[in-house]
Amino acid sequence: MVKLKDFFCKFYVAIIMLFLYAPIMVLIVSSFNSSKSRVLWGGFTLEWYQQMLNSSIVIGALRNTVVLAVGSAFFATIIGLLASIGIDAMRKKEFSIVMSITNIPMLNADIVTGIAMMLLIFRFMPLGFSSIMLAHITFNIPYVILNILPRFNQMDISTYEAARDLGAGPVTSFFKVVLPDIIPGIVAGFFMAMTMSMDDFVITYFTKGAGVNTLSTMIYGQIKKGIQPTMYALSTMIFAVTILLLITINLITLPKKSGKNKPR
Amino acid sequence: MQENILQLKNISKSFDGEMVLEELSLDIKRNEFVTLLGPSGCGKTTTLRIIGGFATPDSGQVIMEGKDITLLPTEQRCVNTVFQKYALFPHMSIEENIAFGLRIKKKDEAYIKEKVRYALELVNLMGFEKRKPHSLSGGQQQRIAIARAIVNEPKILLLDEPLGALDLKLRQDMQKELIRLKKELGITFIYVTHDQEEALTMSDKIVVMNQGYIQQIGSPEDIYNEPQNAFVADFIGDANLLAATMLKDELVSINDTRFTCVDKGFGTNKPVDVVIRPEDVEIMERGKGIFPAIVSSILFKGVHYEIIANGIGIQWMIHTTVYYEIGSKIDLYIKPFNIQIMHKPESEDEAVNHEE
Ligand SMILES: Nc1ncnc2c1ncn2[C@@H]1O[C@H](COP(=O)(O)OP(=O)(O)OP(=O)(O)O)[C@@H](O)[C@H]1O
Ligand SMILES: [Mg+2]
Repeated sequence: MVKLKDFFCKFYVAIIMLFLYAPIMVLIVSSFNSSKSRVLWGGFTLEWYQQMLNSSIVIGALRNTVVLAVGSAFFATIIGLLASIGIDAMRKKEFSIVMSITNIPMLNADIVTGIAMMLLIFRFMPLGFSSIMLAHITFNIPYVILNILPRFNQMDISTYEAARDLGAGPVTSFFKVVLPDIIPGIVAGFFMAMTMSMDDFVITYFTKGAGVNTLSTMIYGQIKKGIQPTMYALSTMIFAVTILLLITINLITLPKKSGKNKPR
Repeated sequence: MQENILQLKNISKSFDGEMVLEELSLDIKRNEFVTLLGPSGCGKTTTLRIIGGFATPDSGQVIMEGKDITLLPTEQRCVNTVFQKYALFPHMSIEENIAFGLRIKKKDEAYIKEKVRYALELVNLMGFEKRKPHSLSGGQQQRIAIARAIVNEPKILLLDEPLGALDLKLRQDMQKELIRLKKELGITFIYVTHDQEEALTMSDKIVVMNQGYIQQIGSPEDIYNEPQNAFVADFIGDANLLAATMLKDELVSINDTRFTCVDKGFGTNKPVDVVIRPEDVEIMERGKGIFPAIVSSILFKGVHYEIIANGIGIQWMIHTTVYYEIGSKIDLYIKPFNIQIMHKPESEDEAVNHEE
């Protein structure tokens, strides 16, 4: 009886894993397949990776993606940090109002956000690289806040007061006492923002100008012309980077166990 | 004579429209050990925060050594605080924690090193420099918090229930430690607690507070022996609190039994409150006391027995070292100077006393 239950448990998990990861496994395998066919295995090759890295379109899109990811994450982190400081200082009622408002962009359909941003940004500047950057910064801010705010809530305000009490001004106290406590949240927020920016297609698609591409919009464009194995290679790489970033975030946010029981 | 180092003048403070402190005034002398004592939520921490500069009063002034510091930011006051939850900096070592204030003030490293060593010696924690706060016990963290505050040589040290989280034994040790520190350092201590025993043991002066008002200011002996109202009498130690009528000077009637006392000036036939401490009720043989009573319960309390006896329609709490059987027929006697007469509260504000 127990064994049967056990079996079904494992079977269930296996099925879930299969549905979740089988497509990606197929993608990864295809990216190393020397045959252009989607069903036949023609032997192992790195040719598609080579082709991809030699393509100026791909390299241009890659550069855009990286600059956007790092840049938007950077600015979103600064704005998000300042916002968190403000939100943390609010009273309970204001706090919950502001929090629900900041959460809307995350729950909102990307297409709505994308079209809305396009309409807004188009009024002030031509669509191009900067407009994507603005859009990415904007939709990244809530993710940063989501990572930083809990740190503020956990933090004991009395350590800040203690620093003031010992003669440090508000700014010094913040940098010496508060920041070290919330830095894991800041780093996690930064990486999550990077991931979000790299993953985004819809919002980028609506806010980009002609000729400017990120990896995701470029792949979309290429697919319209007929799918190439280089795209498999590219997608595999994007997947690998995303996984790496997620692991990094988890490592940062995980509670640290080491150090506590160090013998002296 | 000793001068006032700190004066609070008519301090009022409210949160969200609710009065927490009302017209509070208090003078504190140099080198005094002053304790703010009162039940939870009576405004002790708020008072301390106003002195420390973490909160601004709605009205009133904080005067330190003659200067108005009501609006001076925390970091510019010659006051340091030992927080209830220690508030040590978790990512810094003990040495860095203690040196924090001195480094901010840009003292040179040799001086800092000497000071840290001295402070650790003072709190009996030599050799802990490199440890992190979370690797210390509660009592040790508490002592580090004290060390961190005193290296800055404050004129006043504020302590907000610093022993609240410790067990009884450690608490008693730390109380002695604090008294010793106070003597060694020669600075003014303002101490917050809701533990009346702690207040009585440690203080030069006790400020009893209730619901934002000061009920009585005085030495531990004054507060214990001559409480000014029923709240203070009830809050400090055990007490028989009785409603009575002052017949004339030096004569009071409790449940129609007359007692001689030593208080004067309450008028004639005035309702008053009377407090009699359990250790001041004396048990005598039948016929030798003021009124008869019957023992209805007896409890062993370690140093003494706590007896409840019924007499003249009142349940008397008595502390004695002699054992009496339940049902024993006894007489009770109370010395005139052990009967403490107090005014009944007249105004609304004073009536606050009786709600607790
Ligand atoms: N920042 C605040 N916002 C709103 N109300 C507050 C604030 N700080 C204190 N209060 C209220 O003021 C009253 C007095 O609080 P305070 O902390 O001074 O009490 P306390 O005497 O220190 O009590 P305890 O012994 O429990 O620490 C309480 O009713 C509390 O709810
Ligand atoms: Mg308090």
